[in-house]
Amino acid sequence: MEGLLEKIAYCVEFGKINKNAPYPPDMKDQDGADELTKQAIDQGINADEILKKGLVTGMEKVGIKFRENKVFVPQVLMSAKAMSTAMEHLKPFFQSGDVKRKGTFIIGTVAGDLHDIGKNLVAMMIEGNGWEVIDLGTDVKSEKFIETLRSYTGSYIGLSALLTTTMVNMEKIVKDIKSEKPDIKILIGGAPVNEEFREKIGADFYSPDPQGAVEYLNKLIA
Amino acid sequence: MKYKSLVINSTNKLLFGTAPYPVTTPRGLIIGGGHVYPEINFTIPPMEITEKTIPELIPYYKGIVSDTLERAVHLNSEGIIVEFEPLIEMTRYPEIGVQLVKAMNDVCEDFFQVHGMKSELRLTPNDLREFDKPPKQRTSAYLEPMMELFERGANAGGDLLSIESTGGKEVSDDAIMMCDIKKFIFSQAVLGVRDIKMLWGKIVGIAKKTGKIPGGDTACGFANTAMILADRKYIPKIFAAIARIATIVRTLAAIEEGATGPDKDCGYEGPFLKAITGIPISMEGKTAACAHLSPVGNIAAACADLWSNESVQNIKLLSGMAPVAYLEQLEYDTRIMNQAIKDGEDTWLKLQDLFVKSDSYHDPQAFILAPENVITISAEIVKGENYVDATLRGCKKGLELIENAQKEGLLKRDEMEDTWLESLKTELYNMPADEEKLVEDVLPTIDQNKIILSEYGL
Repeated sequence: MEGLLEKIAYCVEFGKINKNAPYPPDMKDQDGADELTKQAIDQGINADEILKKGLVTGMEKVGIKFRENKVFVPQVLMSAKAMSTAMEHLKPFFQSGDVKRKGTFIIGTVAGDLHDIGKNLVAMMIEGNGWEVIDLGTDVKSEKFIETLRSYTGSYIGLSALLTTTMVNMEKIVKDIKSEKPDIKILIGGAPVNEEFREKIGADFYSPDPQGAVEYLNKLIA
Repeated sequence: MKYKSLVINSTNKLLFGTAPYPVTTPRGLIIGGGHVYPEINFTIPPMEITEKTIPELIPYYKGIVSDTLERAVHLNSEGIIVEFEPLIEMTRYPEIGVQLVKAMNDVCEDFFQVHGMKSELRLTPNDLREFDKPPKQRTSAYLEPMMELFERGANAGGDLLSIESTGGKEVSDDAIMMCDIKKFIFSQAVLGVRDIKMLWGKIVGIAKKTGKIPGGDTACGFANTAMILADRKYIPKIFAAIARIATIVRTLAAIEEGATGPDKDCGYEGPFLKAITGIPISMEGKTAACAHLSPVGNIAAACADLWSNESVQNIKLLSGMAPVAYLEQLEYDTRIMNQAIKDGEDTWLKLQDLFVKSDSYHDPQAFILAPENVITISAEIVKGENYVDATLRGCKKGLELIENAQKEGLLKRDEMEDTWLESLKTELYNMPADEEKLVEDVLPTIDQNKIILSEYGL
């Protein structure tokens, strides 16, 4: 069992989606995360084990490599694709409640700002770590965050901004959310944002990289 | 493609401060006429921007321009361009943008009358169409305020008209993240070109109607996105370099529609445009580190006719307010360039050589901007049968030059990037050079919920 889960983790780490996938070239014609996950289920391996010891472990490894500048974003995206393909096999187990996500993370780029590359990257890394991610997209106003929060109680919020001029909107959104739900944890990120700004606007966590956000969320539920 | 040969086909003619088709502004700056002028740009700290706050915004903006021009006078500057890149609300509600243009132009005129200081405003309205989800490039209601600001802003004193257009962004961001050069070329040579032709048809029309100068566009939202991501080690530098080449035809399309230059500062495709069309260009390098980092700090100056700081927030520094400090830096940068021009061809070429050699072998993104490489790549582009073919030719030539320079040990290699060079080569050499075939290939692979193809005439 452990060998199969390790193989799944390896496929996710190196972005091997399925047997037909040409990437990575040195794994040509080998089974990918897709086939191996199906095999694991067929062998009766617990779905939660497949998720945690296989898929999430692979994503964690690639996340660390990314933080250490050992891989580029496309390689992380391939890993995410491998994971999401494998997750299709786990869907029934999520529906039955046999497997649970770590929690729900709502993310969006703040009102007035259309940049989404960084936000997408964070969303992908968090999702790959076993969280449910609700991506509200770009140019998101307070009302939308609050409305979504009502549907997903107990979730966490992530705000992204790339422009100095939209940092003011980030501050307003944090204030609006906190006045509705004072205990909610809000993570912020983006090029012009820093720890000092986080403190000023009353957000709970700032990370300069996606992996930092993943680790913070995991600590919250530990 | 309109251009079938290069206007500048010799490296010793592709120089800073001179362009075959210089542009003369109303107050007498001759851009590309043998002198490099500073182009200052600034942004404001977060503040409320509505029609109600116009009375607060006007003195604020006037103050920035006034302080900057005062410093320019003090430094005996021969002239400057002041770029006004409005904040979103200033384009969305054009009255705000127009009032600010008028106020800033009044300051420029006062300095011209009192001190003889020649300055002009470059007006660069925002491309708001991205706020439609998915964007409606041709039918967006946002086109109306954008064009209103262009026209009324031009009449209020915006003498150079520019934009950072966003056509193709629905596809390009994902393409950059995946380092998918095929999709990226589709976003530029198909979507970008089609959009720019539509947009610049309108802008050039307004420029003609108002008697203003249709400056040019920039691939900032595309190639600079790649450059910044490469700088953060998110994507390979070699991809960012090839992506830069892939943006050339989209910005070229604006010139084909009637843009005359000076092209926008953040468009590092400028030197290629200058070689192909002969228009003057604005560039930004080390003195734009206040806005973003780059691997092209010196080499960007090699062919510049305007030298810009990109943008700086109006904050207090030890010396004074940031736009004033940056104007001073730009002025000193351009003084050296202008002195080299005055000293004659040998010094002129020598200074350019220093700009080039000091950067070009550190990074492939800088390497492709070396004038001899600009000429070689541009010469391939103009051989193109169509925009896709031209782009492919340029990208293949760029990759070949980079690979050769690496093999010769001239250009620094990064082992992590080696596999990317090979995969880029495979992609480029297996891609159709025909627009129809490329569209056919790419369409099934893109998320069509994010794009309205009919908005590009597809």
